[in-house]
Amino acid sequence: MSELTISSGEAVIFWILAPLMVLGALGLLFARKTVHIAVAVAGVMVGLAIMYIANEAPFLGVAQVVVYTGAVMMLFVFVIMLIGVDAKESLKETLAGQRFLALLAGGGLLVLVLAVTTRAALPDPVGLAAANADTNAVGVARILFSDFVFPFELTGALLITAAVGALSLTHRVRLGAKIGQRELATAKLKAYGAGAGSSLITNRPGPGIYARHNSADMPAVDAAGEPVEDSITTVLRIRGQEARLPSEEELAEAGAPYGQDEPAAVVAGAGDERKELEQ
Amino acid sequence: MSILNYLVLSGILFSIGAVAVIVRRNAIVAFMGVELMLNAANLTLVTFARMHGDLTGQVIAFFVMVVAAAEVVIGLAIIVSIFRTRGSASLDDASLLKS
Repeated sequence: MSELTISSGEAVIFWILAPLMVLGALGLLFARKTVHIAVAVAGVMVGLAIMYIANEAPFLGVAQVVVYTGAVMMLFVFVIMLIGVDAKESLKETLAGQRFLALLAGGGLLVLVLAVTTRAALPDPVGLAAANADTNAVGVARILFSDFVFPFELTGALLITAAVGALSLTHRVRLGAKIGQRELATAKLKAYGAGAGSSLITNRPGPGIYARHNSADMPAVDAAGEPVEDSITTVLRIRGQEARLPSEEELAEAGAPYGQDEPAAVVAGAGDERKELEQ
Repeated sequence: MSILNYLVLSGILFSIGAVAVIVRRNAIVAFMGVELMLNAANLTLVTFARMHGDLTGQVIAFFVMVVAAAEVVIGLAIIVSIFRTRGSASLDDASLLKS
């Protein structure tokens, strides 16, 4: 059998990709935000796909991109969005010395695996040129559909079971009757008839004050000059990001926008207009 | 460059994944550590397939991928349902049997 020679191009690809992949994987240990970790791991998956293709496994490389970066990691990102992006991970150790012991065990595992792989008496690499003669996909399919056809059928059952299991795990049983628009409107009118405030059935006031601010965080002003809390969206109120009305002093400092202290030119202009009208 | 470099890289990735599973508290991050370990094993399978000139290793790696996809679906569904009932995705909070 002919011995495999590894081209220098493959070596370049390896030495560029391998440090990047190790860096991305280290993000798994040191990054704080879950989304950053997910993107870093997705990058590692892409690197692995390129390495599969370099290792004469183009079919697996494409499957890796489709299955891992396309489906699995995006599923991870979906779930991260679902259960809260900014959920903080407490860095307090609940078991004393757990982190140190884990690093020690991981280092031990690394040393062991590296020692075994570098010192094992492995045969000379053969390469897949002969096996990939009719393209890699055909070669894989020949083995998959002959020696492994029964396990392949079993994976079908496994995937269906997984899909049904995921559906039943995330399915929520409705506890009360469904509340639609009609039920909501009836309930609101009933509450209003029983003496609740009219803001239940009328439009709520929009945010903003006339002429000075109309940003979404500025409460509207009612007829008595008091701020209307309802006019700001709930999100801003919960976050405590709503602005407050300017006080009398602040108004005086900023200078009144209209009414008092009108520039003379404007007054004179207005007077001229009136005169013209009178003529 | 020797083909052993791929095996070394795969060993490094596997160890990082294993440490992540043990150290991280967030269930999703620990789960990503599991995924990294599976992928490192896949790289080993593909490298050995090339070393021996036998495509069976690639077929096994393909099966690993399929099983990993199913496992991710179930695992994430479990994480989501635990988050719904307990309001937390931390592995330390799931300690009902302790108290």
